[in-house]
Amino acid sequence: MFAAELLVAQNIGFAVIALLMIVGALRVVTTSNVVHAALWLVVVLSGAAAQYVLLAAEFVAVTQVLVYIGAVMVLFLFGTMLTRARIGTERDLNNPYWRLGIPVAGLLFAAMAIATVSSFGDEQLPADARVVSVAEISDQIFGPYLLPFWALSFVLLAAIIGAIVLARKD
Amino acid sequence: MLTSQFLLLGAILFCIGVYGVIARKNAVLVLMSIELILNSVNINLLAFALRNGSADGHTFALYIIAVAAAEVGVGLALVLLVYRNRRSISLDELSEMRG
Repeated sequence: MFAAELLVAQNIGFAVIALLMIVGALRVVTTSNVVHAALWLVVVLSGAAAQYVLLAAEFVAVTQVLVYIGAVMVLFLFGTMLTRARIGTERDLNNPYWRLGIPVAGLLFAAMAIATVSSFGDEQLPADARVVSVAEISDQIFGPYLLPFWALSFVLLAAIIGAIVLARKD
Repeated sequence: MLTSQFLLLGAILFCIGVYGVIARKNAVLVLMSIELILNSVNINLLAFALRNGSADGHTFALYIIAVAAAEVGVGLALVLLVYRNRRSISLDELSEMRG
């Protein structure tokens, strides 16, 4: 299935990174240590950035590294630090009915896999992928998608003010 | 590369994230699972952007990253507030709003 004639290196890279991401994601949702979960999440997010490079989306990959691995992970580690007296293994991180999640996730994946394979079974991505330049993305953002950009600015402003108001000690 | 291999990777990450949201009790871990879900959507959007040869998917992916950053900021502030009032961030203990 993965043995296209041309892009052997890309396919091997995809498989290795995808395996790493799946293992990391499983550890995020199963580990009993919150800090370890955050560090495994770094693995998944870095793998996602690598997949974006494979998908010829360099600017999004760089943004992913800057925003997620740079900023969001620091937020997570601070959140862990500020809400936990001790950093270490803990027992009660799961709900009592956590087993319910396995059939739900399995059924959801079965449905999505059937839909994906039946729609895009053997369709190849274009091999001579044109890298989308930053100028093109900025033309999109400041052209047809200007209104969502403004809305997003207000969302970020509201989030900043809201976070300060919520976390402030009175 | 096939289109479906990226879509299947996105589906796997999405389902693992859904499992995490259902199974986890710790609020910080639930937020991490939501990050997994948002990343799987980004992989799908960029795969379709490459397939269609357009930059629209890149724009959407950037917007999703920005919204996710805002969501984590507000979410962790909420978690901090709950922890300060309750000394616990177990989601099953927060039942004041149950009808």
